[in-house]
Amino acid sequence: MDNNTLVGLAGILASAAPVVFAAIGETITERAGITNLSINGLILLTAMAGFATSVTTGSLLLGFLVGALIGAFVSLIVAFSSIALKQSQVAVGFVLALMCRDLSYFLGNPYMGLSGPRVPSLPIPVLADIPVVGVLFFRQDILVYSSYILIAVAYIFVFKTRPGLMLQGIGEQPATAYVRGANVNRLRYIYTIIGGALVGMAGPMYSLSVKVGWKGTITGLDGIGWIALAITIFGGWNPLRAAFGAYLFVLLQWLGLVLQPSLPNIPSQVLQVAPFPLMILTLLLVNIGNSEWVDRTLAGLPEEVRRFIAKVLRAMRTTPPAALGIPFENE
Amino acid sequence: MLNKSSAGFKFGFQILAIVAALIFTTVVMLLAKAPPLEAYKLIFTGSVGSIGKISDVIVAWIPLLLATSGLLLTFAAGLWNIGIEGQITLGAIFTTWALRLLQDTSMSPTLIILIGFLAGILGGMIWASLTGLLKIYGGVNEIFGGLGLNFVATALTIWLIFGPWKRPGVGSMSGTVPFDNLLWLPQVEGLRMSWWSLGIGLIGIAIVYLILQGTYFGLRLKAVGKNGRAAFVIGIPTGKYMMSAFFICGAFAGLAGATQVLAVYHRLIPAISSGYGFLGLMVAMLINYQALWAAPVALFFAALNIGSIQLPIVLKLDSTLSGVLQGALVLFVLMMDGVRRRLTAKKVK
Repeated sequence: MDNNTLVGLAGILASAAPVVFAAIGETITERAGITNLSINGLILLTAMAGFATSVTTGSLLLGFLVGALIGAFVSLIVAFSSIALKQSQVAVGFVLALMCRDLSYFLGNPYMGLSGPRVPSLPIPVLADIPVVGVLFFRQDILVYSSYILIAVAYIFVFKTRPGLMLQGIGEQPATAYVRGANVNRLRYIYTIIGGALVGMAGPMYSLSVKVGWKGTITGLDGIGWIALAITIFGGWNPLRAAFGAYLFVLLQWLGLVLQPSLPNIPSQVLQVAPFPLMILTLLLVNIGNSEWVDRTLAGLPEEVRRFIAKVLRAMRTTPPAALGIPFENE
Repeated sequence: MLNKSSAGFKFGFQILAIVAALIFTTVVMLLAKAPPLEAYKLIFTGSVGSIGKISDVIVAWIPLLLATSGLLLTFAAGLWNIGIEGQITLGAIFTTWALRLLQDTSMSPTLIILIGFLAGILGGMIWASLTGLLKIYGGVNEIFGGLGLNFVATALTIWLIFGPWKRPGVGSMSGTVPFDNLLWLPQVEGLRMSWWSLGIGLIGIAIVYLILQGTYFGLRLKAVGKNGRAAFVIGIPTGKYMMSAFFICGAFAGLAGATQVLAVYHRLIPAISSGYGFLGLMVAMLINYQALWAAPVALFFAALNIGSIQLPIVLKLDSTLSGVLQGALVLFVLMMDGVRRRLTAKKVK
């Protein structure tokens, strides 16, 4: 592998870090049974606010803190509207997605095009010198390292710890979890806020590291949140698979850029959306196994073919937490 | 004493929500060190200050109203047709396509315009059917199928503008070559609005109102939306009804796209949908999916959009302020509705 490719791939790991944060944040929220549809606007708003904060105060840390706080607060609105006010999560989330986007453009106007601080690269001693692996994984900034840690921690938390099992419980069978002593709605608040804070980190990760600065509508972040939501489904509400989806998405975008010079007839905007049809296709593949007509059609096929297709479909298929989007009443 | 379940009580909460939204937007402006009163005044005079401005508001109102009309049907069927942006775009693309094919023939301009509208409707329906098929046969949630297709539609537009349909010389973001005056929907003398598109918009919402209020189809559609499983059990083919909702909504969206080409821009531009699809979703939520309110609320939203165009020119503020106000209105109305229900429920207990 030549050095350019290696640096390119390292760049993918770096550009995927915010997507990993957003997708895992949403995964945790949805595991608890709440769909937070606001994250597309949230990423834009926190990117702007994080950048504005860091430019004004000179502190990177404050930028991320503000991002996480805004993420937590907006997500709290979604949880509150759903749990306490019995409003549709999708409706409130969607309105917030649009409103946060417009807020970011309106409030970000004075910060357009300013130069600001950037999260410094932090090669890890010794590890960075390992051939190939060092360049790929260990000559990144602290955000990328955090994304590795987040993947591991989120996976272990959800699947290997007691609170993680409870988290699965309140999303799958809230009534059972309630009987076993879980305060379902309080936990849903907590996980929506935690998930929202993680999504809120994704914004500053862009504006202070991956795509430094704030450029209003041409910042190019509009759409990332929707992708992160699709990745959550693609990832089957599993942090590990969600992270894989995030890397896959960024890899596709990178390939689009790399292929651009050899396909001069196709405008760059077209290649940039290449991941979207693929995303639909993957969503189709992970969902189609759930359809009744597929079972019916398969039943008519020869045994061996049927078994093979059924196996492939089962391997890809994902099913959402059973109580996702359904309010819980403890009566 | 006020009866808590009375219409007056409900109305009071809606007023409260509007006040809250205004306060929120004002605070946002103060944060941006903008003069709120001046900004509101600009939005007001920028939308109703002159006949020309009012006509511009109507120009924006028509596609928004058409989009909202279509969405009322998908909402009735319990579907979140976020893909409407792409459906508007495909309508515009198909209309442009038809016009390009026919503009140099000897066909009468009236007929070409008519075919343009039909092509637009077809384009919207095709794009909507993709979301519908993905949802009903592929199990792909319509929100994600629709969103993905929105991005694809935008890419398709840009590819056409810079590729096969580019202006002589080099393609540009300003769109394709404008069509001849003869292929414009006739406008009112000296204004940008057209009585024809106004008629289409009003007939559109009237049709949707009638479908939802007065037909067996509408009734069954609502049954599908309220409780799909129960509807299926009593013998309603839910899949077919959902598909019909997508088709009709796609037709309305395509019509909106056709209007954008035939009556507004007279060419294909990159952002041809002008965001009216998403705005239509907001209007539908704000009116609690009641067709009766679609026209006035859509008109108000269109006025906010047109009025805010003045903000960057005069006050150097971003025009997305209208989006902030619209979002705040919907958010607070939804939340206040929840608060009211909570209070009412407590009383019943």
